[in-house]
Amino acid sequence: MQTLIDELGRLPGIGPKSAQRIAYYLLKSPAEDANRLAGSITEAKARVTWCQRCFSIAEGELCAYCQDDRRDSTSLCVVEEPRDIVAIERTHEFNGRYHVLQGAISPIEGIGPEQLRVKELLRRVESEEVKEVILATNPNIEGEATAMYLGRLLTPLGIKVTRLASGLPVGGDLEYADEVTLGRAFEGRREVEA
Amino acid sequence: MALYRDHGVVLRTSKLGETDRIITFLTRENGKVRAVAKGVRRPGSKFGARLEPTSNVALQLYRGRNLDIVTQAETLDTNRSLREDYALLTHAISMLEAVDQVAQERESDPVMYRMLEGALRTLSSEKSLIISVAFLWKLLSHEGFHPVLTSCARCELEFGDAVEPTTFDFGEGGALCSSCAAGGGRRISADAIVVISALVDARVRAVIDQPPSTEVLLEVEHLGVGALEHHSERRLRSAALY
Repeated sequence: MQTLIDELGRLPGIGPKSAQRIAYYLLKSPAEDANRLAGSITEAKARVTWCQRCFSIAEGELCAYCQDDRRDSTSLCVVEEPRDIVAIERTHEFNGRYHVLQGAISPIEGIGPEQLRVKELLRRVESEEVKEVILATNPNIEGEATAMYLGRLLTPLGIKVTRLASGLPVGGDLEYADEVTLGRAFEGRREVEA
Repeated sequence: MALYRDHGVVLRTSKLGETDRIITFLTRENGKVRAVAKGVRRPGSKFGARLEPTSNVALQLYRGRNLDIVTQAETLDTNRSLREDYALLTHAISMLEAVDQVAQERESDPVMYRMLEGALRTLSSEKSLIISVAFLWKLLSHEGFHPVLTSCARCELEFGDAVEPTTFDFGEGGALCSSCAAGGGRRISADAIVVISALVDARVRAVIDQPPSTEVLLEVEHLGVGALEHHSERRLRSAALY
């Protein structure tokens, strides 16, 4: 019992109390439920790997997005984590390929470009038919640092390098917008079409 | 009253749960404070980009047992241009990391707050990396490690034509003459001594107007980082990314 609590307690966001609660819940639940959970963890761990091309999660050598020939190979969207792909896919606005950096430059954590999949990105840009790289890192200090760093590396290669727009959240109130967000919304304003 | 107000510079942030963050501030009245900003990672959060590192904000906090809770934040200075230049950003982050290492939780230090917020503002407007180097040396002085540069830090002989400084010893806290330098320390040039003296004696403007060569500035920067790491007994991780 203590081993189960200790193992659950090692998961992110789960403290000792929560670990204990989950452990008791699992013991009280039917055996097949617990076996299904254990089986899905074991199976995922055994089958899921990193895509050899974009470094997202994959069940084979390549992920579903890299295998899909209908996707536009000329535009490449750079994200920090595989879960960012899920968020972008929900918009149905992008049909290109992805590249996962597996993190962001974080000076205060000592995470530099060499710990990220930057070299692999440069290799892809040089060897594939990429015409546009979209920097879709998070709009926080780490994401901005990463985008600036990549911008410096990619722009001299003669391809179009773009950054996701920042601005007002749809459904939000203007008066509650902070100065940085509102300032960027002004910078990125668009002409109203008749 | 558990609610209190203060001004603070955001030193660092770390993720907490699904949408929250723990924000570390250097405040004007309450020293280093760690507080939870609830929902800050949501796109529609009321805090928006106010609680990002390098921002100076007016805060209302709820005092907790372990961590405080940020209830309101209003921008005083975003230091926006720091976020738009990679070199400025990494240098600004190293200033924040240095403060995070030396500042004590809940120990008021208004001088350190004024130094940091002034240095970030100046770095943002002047866009000179000398500011961050000067800040490291001034922070060391503020913490009681003012470098000894006019005489040998060990034998106390005044530097002049007969006695020249050759190395800088972090443990001794200053430059050493050639006879004392056998014990170790890092080599230091005469130009670097002139620059460090100017920086710690509040003559930063003069150094910006007549900047030293890149080699001398790098030497002063490496010595500053080394001295800080020696005294705080921790690595300044952001310095590796300059």
